Amino acid sequence: MPKITYIEQNGNSKTIEVDNGLTVMEGAVQNNITGIDADCGGAMACATCHVYVEDSCLNKLPKAEEAEQDMIDMAYKPNKNSRLSCQIVVSDEIDGLTVTTPEKQT
Amino acid sequence: MIKTDVVIIGAGPIGLFAVHQLGIKGLKSEVIDNLDKAGGQCIELYPDKPIYDIPAVPECSGMSLIDNLLEQIKPFGSKIHLNERVQEIKEEKGLWTLKTSNKKTFTTPNIIIAGGVGSFEPRKLPLKELTKFENKSVFYSVTNKNLFKNKKISIFGGGDSALDWALEFAKYSKVTLIHRRNEFRGAPHTLKELNKLKKEGKIIIKTPFQIDSINEGKEIKFIKIKNDDEKTEKIETDIVLGFFGLIMQLGPIAEWGLNMDKKTIKVNTQNFQTNKPGIFAIGDICSYPGKLKLILSGFHEAALASVECFKRARPNETYRFQFTTSSKEIQDRLGIKK
Repeated sequence: MPKITYIEQNGNSKTIEVDNGLTVMEGAVQNNITGIDADCGGAMACATCHVYVEDSCLNKLPKAEEAEQDMIDMAYKPNKNSRLSCQIVVSDEIDGLTVTTPEKQT
Repeated sequence: MIKTDVVIIGAGPIGLFAVHQLGIKGLKSEVIDNLDKAGGQCIELYPDKPIYDIPAVPECSGMSLIDNLLEQIKPFGSKIHLNERVQEIKEEKGLWTLKTSNKKTFTTPNIIIAGGVGSFEPRKLPLKELTKFENKSVFYSVTNKNLFKNKKISIFGGGDSALDWALEFAKYSKVTLIHRRNEFRGAPHTLKELNKLKKEGKIIIKTPFQIDSINEGKEIKFIKIKNDDEKTEKIETDIVLGFFGLIMQLGPIAEWGLNMDKKTIKVNTQNFQTNKPGIFAIGDICSYPGKLKLILSGFHEAALASVECFKRARPNETYRFQFTTSSKEIQDRLGIKK
């Protein structure tokens, strides 16, 4: 099972095995990772599952679609590493993905 | 004081369908919503996005779903109180009293909370120092255009609201439009107009930039913006406007003593009642083992909650399950003439 590492703003880090096919957001919510709210439940409608993807992992991911970028515009303190974790689907290809959660989501 | 059988908090799809389920049982209801129109997330977040999982409706938009629900509940004449938020609730002898932000009072044996993920509020700029200037020189919506005449205005955002106001204010003010990336998201004619004004020097566009800081002191004189490489620029500014869409805040509901699980309210799955008798929670805001945040689940929850509402509103009557296809009583309530 692919491992995903979630780093919180305070530096706490948790590495979790997430099933293929789930999203990075679901992996967080099901494992009580704080810092990812996911208010809309993954409908790409709220930007509260915003994460920063570690530089070295960015090129492993398919590029964010236009609609995702539009939502990231609304996120709290986005940068060039910003993604919505509900749009990152876990697969063997992204095993080892590391994401940092923002200071806050809203 | 408005007396009714059920007060429904939230005019999203589930709140509206609750009106129907209560109405066919002969119960009167009143709906309260913080927004300026009915529809909740369907209207506010995705009016044009297609939905494919409403039973027997292969495809519909958020907007058409709400239009149809409003049509479906017309016969019951429930009033939808918009632009109002329920501020506090109180219980006495099995009756709940609710007070709203517009000082309306309701009294009812049943409250159904169909509040989605809370009420919508504008998302703010991520700089604490701006808070004290809110509604003086920092705004997240425009209500009085006159405040924005002959000023130096910095507008943040890349969507329709930011663009529309930038174009409007450029007619009589010095506008700088700041966005975190180079692409703007707007209607084609808006983008064309923006480019034109940019070329004519009537709007200054700064991308990819975000807010960094403001001057110290009692009024805003300038702001600093920075890009991903931490390069900063100073912009003389009287007024800051931010357009980052809406976020959902649970608001006063969190203080009503209900059993909560993070931002959701725990209910039983027999009648979707909370730990407080007479308070129900349905739709996205409720949680129970196996809960799915689907519109169709919310419809089911509304149907079951309405049965318990009947029992509480009509304690001396026996509840009788009836089908719309065959019940003369229901068809009368729906105003169907044969």
